[in-house]
Amino acid sequence: MATAHTPATEHAREPSFYEGKTGFKNWFITLDHKRLGMMYLVGTMVFFLVGGIAALTLRTELLTPEQDLVSATTFNKLFTVHGAVMVFLVIIPAVPAALGNFLLPLMLGVKDVAFPRLNLLSFWVYCFGACFFLFTLFAGGLDTGWTFYTPYSTTTGTAMLSATAGAFILGFSSILTGVNFIVTVHKMRAPGLTWNRLPLFVWAIYSTAVIQILATPVLAITLLLLIVERTLNIGIFDPAMGGDPVLYQHFFWFYSHPAVYIMILPGFGIISELIAVHSRKHIFGYKAIALSSIAIAIISFLVWGHHMFVSGQSELAGVVFSFLTFAVAVPTAIKVFSWVATLYKGSIEFNTPMLYALAFLFTFSIGGLTGIFLGSLSVDVHLHDTYFVVAHFHYVMMGGTIIAFIGGIHHWWGKMTGRMFNEAHAKWGVLLVFIGFNMTFFNQFVIGQQGMPRRYATYVPQFQQQHVLSTIGSYILGVGLLWTAIYLLRSLRSGPQAPDNPYGGASLEWQTQSPPIEHNFHGQPVADTDPYNFPQIDRSGGMDAH
Amino acid sequence: MLSMFFAPETKEAAKAAAGAAAPVVEKAAAAAPKLPPLETAHNWALPTEASTFARSTDNLYLFIVALDVFFFVLVIGAMVYFMWKYKRRSEDQKTSSITHNGKIEFLWSAIPAVLLVVIFAWAEIDYLKQTTPPADAINIRVVGRQWFWTVEYPDNPGVSLTSNVDEPQLTMIVPKGRPVRLTMTSEDVLHSFYIPAFRIKKDVVPGRYTTLWFEATTVGEFNIFCAEYCGDRHSSMTGVIKVLEPEMYEAALKEASKLEAKPGEAPAEFGRRIYTRRGCNACHTLDGAPATGPSWKALYGRQETMADGSSLTVDDNYITESILRPQAKIVAGFTGAQMPSYQGQLDQKQIAALIEFIKTQK
Repeated sequence: MATAHTPATEHAREPSFYEGKTGFKNWFITLDHKRLGMMYLVGTMVFFLVGGIAALTLRTELLTPEQDLVSATTFNKLFTVHGAVMVFLVIIPAVPAALGNFLLPLMLGVKDVAFPRLNLLSFWVYCFGACFFLFTLFAGGLDTGWTFYTPYSTTTGTAMLSATAGAFILGFSSILTGVNFIVTVHKMRAPGLTWNRLPLFVWAIYSTAVIQILATPVLAITLLLLIVERTLNIGIFDPAMGGDPVLYQHFFWFYSHPAVYIMILPGFGIISELIAVHSRKHIFGYKAIALSSIAIAIISFLVWGHHMFVSGQSELAGVVFSFLTFAVAVPTAIKVFSWVATLYKGSIEFNTPMLYALAFLFTFSIGGLTGIFLGSLSVDVHLHDTYFVVAHFHYVMMGGTIIAFIGGIHHWWGKMTGRMFNEAHAKWGVLLVFIGFNMTFFNQFVIGQQGMPRRYATYVPQFQQQHVLSTIGSYILGVGLLWTAIYLLRSLRSGPQAPDNPYGGASLEWQTQSPPIEHNFHGQPVADTDPYNFPQIDRSGGMDAH
Repeated sequence: MLSMFFAPETKEAAKAAAGAAAPVVEKAAAAAPKLPPLETAHNWALPTEASTFARSTDNLYLFIVALDVFFFVLVIGAMVYFMWKYKRRSEDQKTSSITHNGKIEFLWSAIPAVLLVVIFAWAEIDYLKQTTPPADAINIRVVGRQWFWTVEYPDNPGVSLTSNVDEPQLTMIVPKGRPVRLTMTSEDVLHSFYIPAFRIKKDVVPGRYTTLWFEATTVGEFNIFCAEYCGDRHSSMTGVIKVLEPEMYEAALKEASKLEAKPGEAPAEFGRRIYTRRGCNACHTLDGAPATGPSWKALYGRQETMADGSSLTVDDNYITESILRPQAKIVAGFTGAQMPSYQGQLDQKQIAALIEFIKTQK
């Protein structure tokens, strides 16, 4: 290995972090980042199932133009549940809180995060917020859409308060995790692990944490104002009480646009790791990828108004926001080009994590490129609030973050659980997910450009053919995800023992046993080179200066 | 249904008024489909271009499609080629030591940046045209309510059209080749006025006016959609805009907005037409199911408990009062907040016909 750490194999195997203190109580109060990561993983996956069931029910209703399976009110509640659960309970916490918690200290070569107790608190705040969402579901649901736009949200008779309170509380979990990660990256790196040697996953999680702590308070304040308006009738957003509904949209998107990057940046981090490790090539343009994450984090604060081109905001604002939106496209393009360039003259292994990474390049490219339409003022006027937007953000959120997340789960599955999944089974899963996903969403660009508005329970019959195709695609996607869950869970019982470093990774998490011991490493690991310095790299012509 | 309402009233009137041009109306009325048409040539095409903005927006749209396809093929093509060429063939396969290349990285940052600036400028120029209505535009006022549009013509006092949540119907009439400016507001929540064939859309916001303008270029009927989620029947808040030859516009407008009893029409039948034409059916059902407002089934003569605890019998006086001053007495279990006043919107004859219609709902 190029990295001269103490190999784990020199030690006798020791009990992993799962063994030792077992039982509910010990998990309940655990300070171990790995246990918290696993609990987040279970939590987000449970809600992924909830959001997924809502989505499939929606798609089934949309098989026919008429309203037949569920009532219009139920349809509205379903898309609200789907959106709110997927955004606040699944995508935002999935990569940073689940994978991030598990991997960050391991990648940094340290025992735990900087504030383990804060980490535990953050998890329980997440559960507390999730309870509010569950209460909302059982209290009859919410029908405002995940955006809670006023004045509809101030007047609807559905369970608005519990849902916004839930999102408010979840925000704190997000902030606490962000603070913890920033301090951890700054203060707790193994000797030799300079900023230029941080794995790109760490850079991505770090950039995400910066957005989390700066943007989330704005959402908290906005939701609090909404609650105050609803309960005390103080007019802030509702024009019936002298408020301004467009102001709400500014506040909401000031958080929620950066939040899009809270959702996608960690996915970028995963892809950088997957592509480098499985092609055994030094990542191309390390600095450009790392700095583009920071650039995206900064610019993401200045583009919120592109959600509001037709909202009635001033024309000048529209022009400025459009320009800044195009500015954020450049660092994103740099990343995609760099990933593809990493494959050049590599040694590419087509295992499941890599197939997900390649699928990501395909779907995320479509997601990114279709964003150009929506950033263009005149074209967005036509496409805004149509299925084109639905398709675009599913290509970014699902085709981007979730595909990257599933790829990451496979990549680190051996490290996290100590078991290997069945590769042949997993490849069927990749195929089903990839086909199902594209079949579900690609059509939606077409009906969107033809003018099919989003959040419609009924629609013009001419759109039916494409909707049927979409629905069939969503069933294939559902089967693929269910299949994935089944073989992964089965591997826990019957999968072969995972090696410490199944894919030949060079970052520090592969230097300990699988699953790791409670304190992560036997001794203090040292990083004397960067994490993409694989032994297969041909150095006969001298290493390219870096 | 459009043809139900549009014929025979308008057809005959238009014939009388416009003479030779009448066949166009007749044809349109006869061919009116059960639901608004999807105005595309085939399954994958953009909608019909029916306004002066449409071609320009589509040109940019297609330009971006071309650029996107080019870059997608470039990136994914390179990916697939590398996948094939550099597939791992042996465990000790060597890989290149390249870590970065300043020139290439500069190029793939700068080229997209330049292209994006071009797209930005193109879109911005078109957008500014869309936000600057010409001074000689026809003024039309649009009011969004849950869940129908009311369209009024200040230049033609008394002319008013309303969309219908149960069946799409004529909601707006405009002449071809003349700029039209819409001044829009909402009486309850956010809505968004969207005509795909014109490539225009703007949110309709309570407490403020937003404007939108267009110049139609094609005679025909096109969909109006509400594009901003507005509650239960959001997807039924649709309408039909009809573009006519300019010489037929005034007459058609007058005829379409006329809402009076036809000779020999029973008051209850006339009342039924008002029920759908004026949007009553957006909130009041006929089958007994409570919606935003009380159902009209077995309403007349019913003993109702009011929100303040008192009770009354629903009679002509109460119905008239509720139409003109909806918030005066509210039935328990309803907020009454959504109902607009129809003072000045419905005359005595129309109210009387509505009452007759309610009486027949047993």
